[in-house]
Amino acid sequence: MTNHTAPVSPVSHHRHITRNSCDCKMNFSEVFKQTNQLCKVSPDGKYLATCVQYRLVVRDVSTLQILQLYTCLDQVSHMEWSSDSLFILCAMYNRGLVQVWSLEQPDWHCKIDEGSIGLVSSRWSPDGRHILNTTEFHLRVTVWSLCTKAVSYIKYPKACQKGIDFSRDGRYMALAERRDCKDYVCVFVCDDWHLLRHFETETQDLAGLEWSPNGCVLAVWDSCLEYKVLLYSLDGRLLSTYSAYEWSLGVKSVSWSPSSQFLAIGSYDEKVRILNHITWKKITQFEHPAIIDNTKATVYKEAEKRPGVGSDEMPLHNITMGATLFNTQSKYEICPLPVQIPVVKPDPDRASPKIGISVLAFSSDSRYLATKNDNMATAVWVWDMQKMSLEAVLEQTSAVRCFQWDPLRPRLALCAGNTKLYLWSPGGCVSVQVPTEGGFQVQSLNWHCSGDSLILLGKEQLCLCYMDTDQEDK
Amino acid sequence: MGEWWTTETSMENYEISSISHVTMSPSRRNNLVSMYSFPLSKSSYSVISAFCTEDNIPQCISYINQELASLGLSSTCIEAISPGDTGLSTVPALNAMYELLQIHRRSMCNLEELEREQLRKSSTLEHIQMSNTRLKDQLELSIREKSGLHETERQLQLKIKTLQSCLKTEKDEVQKLQSVIASRASQYSHDAKRKEREAVKLKERLSQLLIDRKDKKLAIDVLNCLGRADGKRRHWKTTKATSSHEDEMYKSLLSDYEASQRSLMLENAELKKVLQQMKKEMMHILSPRQPSTRGATADDSQEQADLDGEAKGGDASRESLDQYCEHAREQLTNSIRQQWRKLRNHVERLDSQGTSQNQLESNKEVIPRETHEDEMERMRCEVQQCREFIHAQQQLLQQQLNTSFDDETAALLNDCYTLEEKERLKEEWRLFEEQKRNFERERKNFTEAAIRLGREKKAFEEDRASWLKNQFLNMTPFTHRRRYSSSDGQSALSISNGKIPGLACFQTKILATLCMNILPRQFLSLRFGNTEVASFAYLHPL
Repeated sequence: MTNHTAPVSPVSHHRHITRNSCDCKMNFSEVFKQTNQLCKVSPDGKYLATCVQYRLVVRDVSTLQILQLYTCLDQVSHMEWSSDSLFILCAMYNRGLVQVWSLEQPDWHCKIDEGSIGLVSSRWSPDGRHILNTTEFHLRVTVWSLCTKAVSYIKYPKACQKGIDFSRDGRYMALAERRDCKDYVCVFVCDDWHLLRHFETETQDLAGLEWSPNGCVLAVWDSCLEYKVLLYSLDGRLLSTYSAYEWSLGVKSVSWSPSSQFLAIGSYDEKVRILNHITWKKITQFEHPAIIDNTKATVYKEAEKRPGVGSDEMPLHNITMGATLFNTQSKYEICPLPVQIPVVKPDPDRASPKIGISVLAFSSDSRYLATKNDNMATAVWVWDMQKMSLEAVLEQTSAVRCFQWDPLRPRLALCAGNTKLYLWSPGGCVSVQVPTEGGFQVQSLNWHCSGDSLILLGKEQLCLCYMDTDQEDK
Repeated sequence: MGEWWTTETSMENYEISSISHVTMSPSRRNNLVSMYSFPLSKSSYSVISAFCTEDNIPQCISYINQELASLGLSSTCIEAISPGDTGLSTVPALNAMYELLQIHRRSMCNLEELEREQLRKSSTLEHIQMSNTRLKDQLELSIREKSGLHETERQLQLKIKTLQSCLKTEKDEVQKLQSVIASRASQYSHDAKRKEREAVKLKERLSQLLIDRKDKKLAIDVLNCLGRADGKRRHWKTTKATSSHEDEMYKSLLSDYEASQRSLMLENAELKKVLQQMKKEMMHILSPRQPSTRGATADDSQEQADLDGEAKGGDASRESLDQYCEHAREQLTNSIRQQWRKLRNHVERLDSQGTSQNQLESNKEVIPRETHEDEMERMRCEVQQCREFIHAQQQLLQQQLNTSFDDETAALLNDCYTLEEKERLKEEWRLFEEQKRNFERERKNFTEAAIRLGREKKAFEEDRASWLKNQFLNMTPFTHRRRYSSSDGQSALSISNGKIPGLACFQTKILATLCMNILPRQFLSLRFGNTEVASFAYLHPL
């Protein structure tokens, strides 16, 4: 278990600079290795931790110099920063081990062995001093304290889509429990793990729970066999129940708006329903039709540009045919209405069909909501919450893999599994080629907490994109 | 025939007319029948006997012959036995009579037949008419039946359609439900399989553990314990702690509720303000119109009364006092609704009156429209005039530019000339300035020279004076005066004044006067000024 302080890597990594039509200078770093899509920025935004096989590499975000290098006992399955950015948790599920590393004291070590009971998930508590391990088969949740080495157990945790959620201020934890074929919710005080409330929920098969950003309301939803969303107050009272329809497959995704004013529910019937926080009734629903007509929204369609004869990149990539295919430039065109979005009908016999709203994301100012309908996988829909109407539709050439809002501005970054990065803002839409050799395909992305840079993750690679956003607004 | 009868004067009028009546109108069947079918009655006998009398036998005979000829019985001619005799030849008469009887019988037969025919025909006609009407009735009936059947057919068709659509919807719903059932079934089976797999894994693990028995204890291995994130010490878990947790939870809930309530109250107040403003504006819009325009209809007066009532009832102060009172709120919303209704009616009325022909209102509205139109016309005319004016001016300008090319060049040349003059003037001015400067300089030099010259002249005069003095003194026996021959312009006078005694005084006096005579003039001429330069030059011939 050796920990090195890393040697200095070359500073000149800001190689590729592109200026795009958004008038925002984008600066791409060189490509680094990572495994398992484990690449996270610390909560204070200063460090970037990546896992490469069994190594944990910590870099400085702006210079990308390696600051620390830790070696774990096995390939890391999950990695997480503590809330104070001082510690990193590395979990190895097949070995049932969790290792914790300290940034300030590289010599400090901590190893948690779950023994024969196995490990299925591991996470930090909000105070950064406790680790919650979920054992195999969801037999129990073990709470390890790094301050006292004490252990607590939580029995009968439910194995579902989202069984544990911490409130945003880090004071309370809600945990779904399944006991005697009935669903319960346990509310713990994270301070001392005291069980504050324990109440039964009116669900058939609880699928997930989520605190509202203000920490006062807990949204609980049923599995897709029944459309039911329950809203509980912090002290366990049932505030409201919402059920849009019966029998057909129900809720697929749920998201709170950052202001806690709206609760967006995406369902298998390709609609998003918005509930308001005062009456908990539906105020509007957003539909995702295959033919878009009669709307004031802008439809951006990605069109491939033919590779120019005299472009700079050509000489380098003429060697491999594949690279030229991957490196075609593209741009957005505004399509006149009506527009038809390509639909892929899912197999009706399979469970969890690829239909319905699977991803919902609110922008940080709660102004916009981005949605993705699974049977129109190439389209991302952006809705304006002030006007309660469709704002824009982005149609890509390949299926959208991931999209995320800028933590500070109403700017959406998305990727579609190709070598391009797409950005949408109310002023317009831009497609940026990630300038790396060898065709780096962007599978997922994460914004830095300051909104100044993006971490692009490929299959086994990662790349950072720094943005100099001058005060522009087209 | 008639003419012939008029010659007969012996006939009585009545009999002639009746006979002529009989012969003129053979179609009078009744008369004929009555004439021929019955035995001659007395009246008819009298008529026939009236035809022929003793007197007119030959006329009657000729007449009858004519008639028989006209009937086509040419052969039998009735003759008199002898002319002038009252008897007739019987054979032709009887033949004639027989033929006439035959004719008569034939015609009777014809008549009978015709009558029979006619009867038959009339009966058939009747029959046909009856059947016609019957058929018509039947036709009408069948048409009505047909339309009735059409109607029922249409209704049945409609029913079929609705039933078909119902069937379709039902089928769709059934299909949808089937698909739902299918998806639910697949989801259930998927979940069940997942649970089964998990159970199998559990069983395996359990069996493995039971066999294995070497239980790896769970343990944590930390180098050193960490401090708490917030740096505080760890608290004991006490009931006080739990109750404080409860308190904290309720506090946070309460604060959240308070915050939302505050924002809602603010919103509420805003909306109330907006409503009140709206109400005021609506009242304002409605009220000034009422007395000025339309003739007071009952409706309007009613509205006026309503408005007044409204103004009294909806007191602003009262409303502001109980703002949160349910009653006040209802009152506000009701009054808003009322006002809105009034406004809407008003607008509707305006719309309808815009198209109506009511003189009073149309006048009120047409007059402004008329004046508006007039204004528009006037403005249009003005615009047109201005345009024409501009156009004319442009044309003139164009003309000016086009027609007189010489003028243009002349103007251009003029321009050039003036420019040239200007340039020249500038040049001359510059020269003048230069000369002036030079002049100044020279003058300065001159004055300086003059001053110098003056000084030199003075010096020279003094020298001369001293030299003269010396000469004079040298001419005199007073030799010791040679010592004082140093010439000073100034000292000459002082020497003469102070040092020369006795006779020297006289000499010095002469000298002094000499000097005085010369010097003042010199001094005089040393005055500055342009004019004196010349005079100085004049004084100083050296």
